[in-house]
Amino acid sequence: MQGLASAAACSTVLTSSGRAGPAGRTPYSPRFFDAAEWAFLVAACDRLIPADANGPGAVALDVPRFIDRQMDTPYAHGEQWYMSGPFVQGPDNLGYQLPYAPRDLYRHGIAGMNAHAATRHGRPFASLAPAVQDGLLQAAEKGSLVFGDIPSAVFFDQLLANVMEGAFSDPIHGGNTGLGGWTMLGFPGARADFMDWVDQYGAHYPLGSVSISGERA
Amino acid sequence: MSTDARRLDPVDVVIVGGGWAGSIMAKEMTEAGRSVVVLERGPDRGTASDGAYPASIDELEGNFRYKLFQDLSKHTVTIRNNSRQVALPYRRMAAFLPGEGVGGAGLHWSGVHFRMPPDDLRLRTRVIEKYGTKFIPEGMNLQDYGVTYEELEPFFDRAEKVFGTSGEPYRVNGEVVGKGNVFSPSRSDHFPLPALKDVYTAHLFRKSAEEAGFHPYSLPAANASRQYVNPYGAQMGPCNFCGYCSGYACYMYSKASPNVNILPVLRRHPLFELRASCNVLKVELDSDGRRATGVTYADAEGNTVTQPAELVILSAFQFHNVRLMLLSGIGRPYDPARNEGVVGRNFVYQNVTTSTVWLDPKVETNQYVGTGGGGVAFDDFNSENFDHGPLGFVGGSPVWVNQAGVKAIAAAQSGGPPGTPRWGSAWKAGMIDTYRHSLRIDAHGANMAYRDVYLDLDPTWKDDHGQPLLRMTFDWKDNDICMNRYVVDKIGDVAKAMGARQVHLTRREFGKPFDTRHYQTTHLGGGAVMGTDPGTSALNRYLQSWDVHNVFVIGANAFPQGTGYNPTGMVAALAYWAAHHIRTTYLAHPGPLAG
Repeated sequence: MQGLASAAACSTVLTSSGRAGPAGRTPYSPRFFDAAEWAFLVAACDRLIPADANGPGAVALDVPRFIDRQMDTPYAHGEQWYMSGPFVQGPDNLGYQLPYAPRDLYRHGIAGMNAHAATRHGRPFASLAPAVQDGLLQAAEKGSLVFGDIPSAVFFDQLLANVMEGAFSDPIHGGNTGLGGWTMLGFPGARADFMDWVDQYGAHYPLGSVSISGERA
Repeated sequence: MSTDARRLDPVDVVIVGGGWAGSIMAKEMTEAGRSVVVLERGPDRGTASDGAYPASIDELEGNFRYKLFQDLSKHTVTIRNNSRQVALPYRRMAAFLPGEGVGGAGLHWSGVHFRMPPDDLRLRTRVIEKYGTKFIPEGMNLQDYGVTYEELEPFFDRAEKVFGTSGEPYRVNGEVVGKGNVFSPSRSDHFPLPALKDVYTAHLFRKSAEEAGFHPYSLPAANASRQYVNPYGAQMGPCNFCGYCSGYACYMYSKASPNVNILPVLRRHPLFELRASCNVLKVELDSDGRRATGVTYADAEGNTVTQPAELVILSAFQFHNVRLMLLSGIGRPYDPARNEGVVGRNFVYQNVTTSTVWLDPKVETNQYVGTGGGGVAFDDFNSENFDHGPLGFVGGSPVWVNQAGVKAIAAAQSGGPPGTPRWGSAWKAGMIDTYRHSLRIDAHGANMAYRDVYLDLDPTWKDDHGQPLLRMTFDWKDNDICMNRYVVDKIGDVAKAMGARQVHLTRREFGKPFDTRHYQTTHLGGGAVMGTDPGTSALNRYLQSWDVHNVFVIGANAFPQGTGYNPTGMVAALAYWAAHHIRTTYLAHPGPLAG
């Protein structure tokens, strides 16, 4: 654990809890998402985990960057899923049966959300008021929208799962900037040694979070 | 398939699967002077590489991208709730998480290490003795294992010493010696290591369970409470409660795994050879189908290779063993219409529900502190430890707090109390409160075998070698739902004694089918069960195929019904039991060990 103490290089800038693009940070250029998709993603992240009294939101935690980086992994290409046909739909409890990898779900899902927003409200999702955005996300979550053959709940669940991952995984993957997700939760991160804390019953853990690369909050 | 295959020089023993069962069998067979080849379809793995701190302490890679688990893109199963449905592929990891690679699930299991309760080993006999044959529900294929606790005791003891198991005994050689589980049978020796310390939530549970009138004990854990050297000379370090057991290779070398406790010794043995990334396609049989001649596999380069052997040991994960028997024509496939045939029969799972208790917000439950096998349980409603007569169900459930270490993504995804939204500010507040101030109590129940719950080959979907996937037909039955609901009510009594602020008891619901989308447990069992009657078991009591005497099949596939306990301790004991009989009898006189 000794090595971790000295390696807290850039945490001052990264713990800034401002909204998108706090001072001193180069804006991130997405590699998978185009401009319209990116605008949706940033807006949706801001509603799913808003900044509030409990801590930073998904945008300050760079969750959109995390998701964009994930799109380059085998996971996003569906290489961890059984993707052989035939694809037959069945009862929900038998699980996911669509021929789409996460990248496809994002591409079709975001287009579907923006098209729905344009039809219903005359503007893309990102340009709507937060309360209207919440209403659309709730409708998607409930599955009341359909984007081609993708039920909106499937897209929503994919998005929500990745947002949670981005806010609370190790910063090595591009999210959880400044360890802000872990700090608000009270999770010590990669400390991974509680030999001296097992029987400190009910007490608050005194040390801050630490990441795999040695960054400390 | 074998006609085009490259044919290698024969070996004495070929072992399919490099997890706990395969490693134990390989160790035993090389000790007996036999040449051994282990074929493992996943990659080679080791603690030094896969468990190196801090890179291994990565929840996204470990628990969400399934770094150490089965590659579903190549092979999976199909699942349906009943035989009128079309079974659909299990496309994404969720309900259960089978392992792959050297060490198998033994590399990334938790470490809960039980002995099977004596009554569970002869459950059919015991239920009939106590309540009569009519007590067994219609359609339930209740069976005995055909082996007793007394026969297995030396092998449970052996396995604990190899695993470096921590625990507190109750009775050793008939004498009460400690505050262990009062319902547990007598042991021939103490655990090799003392019990792990209680984390806070386990400590609270122990106190409250006692106040509620139950008999709490420390879970037996294959997570070393102190530095330890096992009988093979393999070394373990003391567990530091890092919270990264399940899903991870243990960087402290304190969680028992084949990679720490057996393979370092085995890899140096001149009679042992390990071939990773070799996927066994079939056990080859001679012309009358009564004797195995070896196995055919696809190697890492995609070549088809036949490895001749005198003895074939299947020791892959439960459902892979069953599938390989079906693909190879070993034993009669089960026919649910007639309740006849044995391979695929008595497929079982485990009946687990998790309830949550919220404590005073001034109290921190520190859920990130954890060890996979540690915790506190009570067995007052497990096995035959209570009177089932007025309750009308078979089976039971231990109840426990097993705080294995809750990490941040998991906490975010499980969210707040029922009724809170899954996102937004209300979610955030509920999730933080739950993470900091709650604890979880499991009812970890048995699941009984039924005539219409079984395994066979799927008619439609195939693996990456073009072979049919295994098809699971499974659903919860009223018996198991009644059992779960009865035991979960007892959790309510304990939560009351804890002074809970809020309690959410999770009960199994009537009419709600088995759902493949949510993690439950990887403790799948049955499908090629052991027994004394070839009409109802695929294996005799030595885990030898009734039909092909030089094939032994080691794993939880041998369990005739589900049990409330975690299976690994029993699987290891069965491996040592079978190995003992192979070494003392079979090798000198190959042939059926039971008639």
